[in-house]
Amino acid sequence: MKKNDLILQTTTKVVTFIIIIFAIHLFFAGHYTPGGGFVGGLTTSAALVLLLLAFDIKTVSKVIPLDYKKVAASGLLLAILTGLGSFIFKVPFLTHTYSYFNLPLLGKTSLATVVLFDLGVYLVVVGVTMTIIQTIGESE
Amino acid sequence: MSWLHLVILSPFLLAFVVPLLYRKFQRIHTGWFVLPLPLVLFIYFTQYISGVSKGETYLHSMKWIPSLGINFDAYVDGLGLLFSLLITGIGTLVILYSIYYLSKTKEALHSFYVYLLLFMGSMLGVVLSDNLMNLYSFWELTSLSSFLLIGYWYKREKSQYGALKSMLITVFGGLSLLAGIVLLYVMTGTFSIREIISNVDVVTSSHLFIPALVLILLGAFTKSAQFPFHIWLPDAMEAPTPVSAYLHSATMVKAGIYLLARLSPVFAISATWFFVISIVGLITLFWGSFSAVKQQDLKGILAFSTISQLGMIMSLIGVGSAAIHYDFLDDNIYLVALTAAVFHLINHATFKGSLFMVVGIVDHETGTRDIRKLGGLMSFMPVTFTMAIIGGFSMAGLPPFNGFLSKEMFFTGMVNVTKMDMYSMQTWGILLPITAWVGSIFTFVYSMILVFKTFTGKYQPEKLEKKPHEAPVGMLISPVILASLVVIFGFAPNLLESILIEPTMASIAPSLLAEGKEYQVHIKFWHGFTPELFMTLGVITFGILLFMTLQKWSKIYTRFPSSLTLNNGYNYGIKGMEKGSTRIMKTLMTGFIRDYLLIIFTFIGILILVTLFSQNAFAIDLKDTVSIGVYEAILAVVMVAATITTLLAKSRLTAIISLGVVGYTLSLFFVLFRAPDLALTQLVIETVSVSLFLLCFYYLPEFRKRKVRVKFQLPNLLVALLVGTTVTLLGISANSTKLFESISHYFIENSYEKAGGENMVNVILVDFRGFDTLFEITVLCIAALAIYGMIRLRLTKEEEE
Repeated sequence: MKKNDLILQTTTKVVTFIIIIFAIHLFFAGHYTPGGGFVGGLTTSAALVLLLLAFDIKTVSKVIPLDYKKVAASGLLLAILTGLGSFIFKVPFLTHTYSYFNLPLLGKTSLATVVLFDLGVYLVVVGVTMTIIQTIGESE
Repeated sequence: MSWLHLVILSPFLLAFVVPLLYRKFQRIHTGWFVLPLPLVLFIYFTQYISGVSKGETYLHSMKWIPSLGINFDAYVDGLGLLFSLLITGIGTLVILYSIYYLSKTKEALHSFYVYLLLFMGSMLGVVLSDNLMNLYSFWELTSLSSFLLIGYWYKREKSQYGALKSMLITVFGGLSLLAGIVLLYVMTGTFSIREIISNVDVVTSSHLFIPALVLILLGAFTKSAQFPFHIWLPDAMEAPTPVSAYLHSATMVKAGIYLLARLSPVFAISATWFFVISIVGLITLFWGSFSAVKQQDLKGILAFSTISQLGMIMSLIGVGSAAIHYDFLDDNIYLVALTAAVFHLINHATFKGSLFMVVGIVDHETGTRDIRKLGGLMSFMPVTFTMAIIGGFSMAGLPPFNGFLSKEMFFTGMVNVTKMDMYSMQTWGILLPITAWVGSIFTFVYSMILVFKTFTGKYQPEKLEKKPHEAPVGMLISPVILASLVVIFGFAPNLLESILIEPTMASIAPSLLAEGKEYQVHIKFWHGFTPELFMTLGVITFGILLFMTLQKWSKIYTRFPSSLTLNNGYNYGIKGMEKGSTRIMKTLMTGFIRDYLLIIFTFIGILILVTLFSQNAFAIDLKDTVSIGVYEAILAVVMVAATITTLLAKSRLTAIISLGVVGYTLSLFFVLFRAPDLALTQLVIETVSVSLFLLCFYYLPEFRKRKVRVKFQLPNLLVALLVGTTVTLLGISANSTKLFESISHYFIENSYEKAGGENMVNVILVDFRGFDTLFEITVLCIAALAIYGMIRLRLTKEEEE
């Protein structure tokens, strides 16, 4: 039922990477400009959906052998652990902090614990979206 | 975070590792990995004894939700320490016993120990929390873990029934406890037990005092299986025997008693407290012991015996509260009752724990617990028999065991009630010692049945599944330790006096012991020819008589119509609820999503409209509105056109794509209104959801046409109009009414200062309102799992067929 669409497939191979890089940019830029874990995750899933549309599920899961349920679960775990981490410093659950560091190559960079939490959100969004789409797609 | 917090959380942490250990070390019984934890914790808690017995208390605070006054405050005083020692001490013995009781090849050990650890941790949390909300969370966790443990053999129908029953009853009580806690908070403005106790005057003068008292009592009574909520405990015996020994005799059921003892300083001033607890306790004592005699199952006898003993401790706490009403301490005769309650609590844990283990051994080595099949096991199991004698005689209240001492004090407490010169107790008060006395006779009878019907009499090998023999040594260690404690506490009760009982009394009745006063406990073995001694002699005489003539009078149990029992009422109620909900489901769930949408939309429309008009919240104020520009007008037209296209579309593909157009237009609106974050999210969401829709519809079955007689459907039109009007009105009203200052200033000012972020939306999402996001992603995960389960499980089922 699926035709071999050469143009779509070739474009997809290139475009997917661009989208994913853009998604990563969105994820890290989120704290200062529009973006963040949620949008970043969704954009990544959009790239993966594009792959699914251009190729079939089997090929994609061979190239990216991820169990998306585990991705979602680890994201949730990461988010909760970030929250629990604040207990070590005797502050309430989910208290975040940030500071500026001078890193090699990057120069003055702000590092915030929020990023860890946001990474959790990112993973959950990717995991959940892909779990749903893959499950429904495979159901025949 | 202090060591004490870590101690409370350590069982939960270990619970994470247990399944891994189970997988990794198949050859070693998982119990061996769990065993060190309670032992270490027990040793850790013994360090507190010296300080606590000098009257010191320890408080370790940890912030949890400070804005609501909910903190994880761990607090160690006499009462908490006593319970912690019981939980970890008995826990160690039970886990050691379970290693020999549960087969490592046949049982799902990892889940068993996970549940047991969950339970241990939550129980420690209950007794060591100073914050009531924290206590409540752990309280419900004990109900949950006990549900899992009772249903451990989940394939048995009886286990399911027992687990569900205990869950329904204890969680019902838990919820009313929550309501009671909230009322206490309303009265005092704090969740901290210590602060509530220091504000007793506020509580007692409030009109919410009695409702709070009743609600909290409901929680305690359901947990501690008091009449008429006791019906869950016998069914909870479906759990593996180590669980019964641990949860349903030594720890969880005593949580209710703990709660009453803990809150005694707050409520004991009230006569309601005195009456309700004493009377409910005594009824439970009588009914439990009376029902225990007719049981055929050894664990059934022990279950009802636990119910009656819990009733006894309850009634002692109730009678002991009378001490609060008398100021002179020196010859305060009512504190005896409280002392007896604490002392019996310890004694009950020791002898009932050992008896449950004895029954487990009998069950394990013969294959049955039915007393009609058992008999004459004495010569096969001499050690077990000895322990049964010690435990059973202690339960019956015979010297020289510890049960005798606490029972004598129980009688003293009850006899003292008749001397009370308030609540007209001189006349009615006599009923209390009489009920106590009759209950004790039945206690004597069932203890004798337990010991002698099992171990003496005729040996019937043909009725047993296995050839009986003595249990392996490992299985005997725990009950032997408990049985020796029974004897030691019997001969030397003063061992416990200063180190455990006195500090515990100080926690239960602080007002009596404050200001340099001291309460000295003296438990004497021989107390002279007092009324109590003659009552005991009477119990023994009548008990032996009744035991000898059991055949003749046991017919009265069959006289009681079975249709009138509480159990029957419970079953009837459950069935009724099931029938009712099925009926509602059948009328509402037609299988057509159109019908569901109709119901949902009508409900939303009516709800919002009625609220709007009844609250007079409807307002049109066009002051703040901005004039509509060209772009907005064009977008609006596009949106309406796309919506109409969706409705009129002949094929699904067109419908989906035009629906997508609505979404993309919306994101353009966000761009116009300068909300780039929302626009971005909306765009990507629209992309992903359109492809998901396409995927779904591709696999959906052909559109099932419903036979429609008329083309035009009036109800649909009405609902559509209703929803349209409602949403429009709501939107206008929301925009026109401004009750409060906008919160956005706060975020604008603080998002860089406090969170180091320049994108306000993101800062709100992950930092200021991080909790919301955390729960949202949790919901997302649950939804994904549900979809996965629905589709995948159905598929595998089809494949199997």
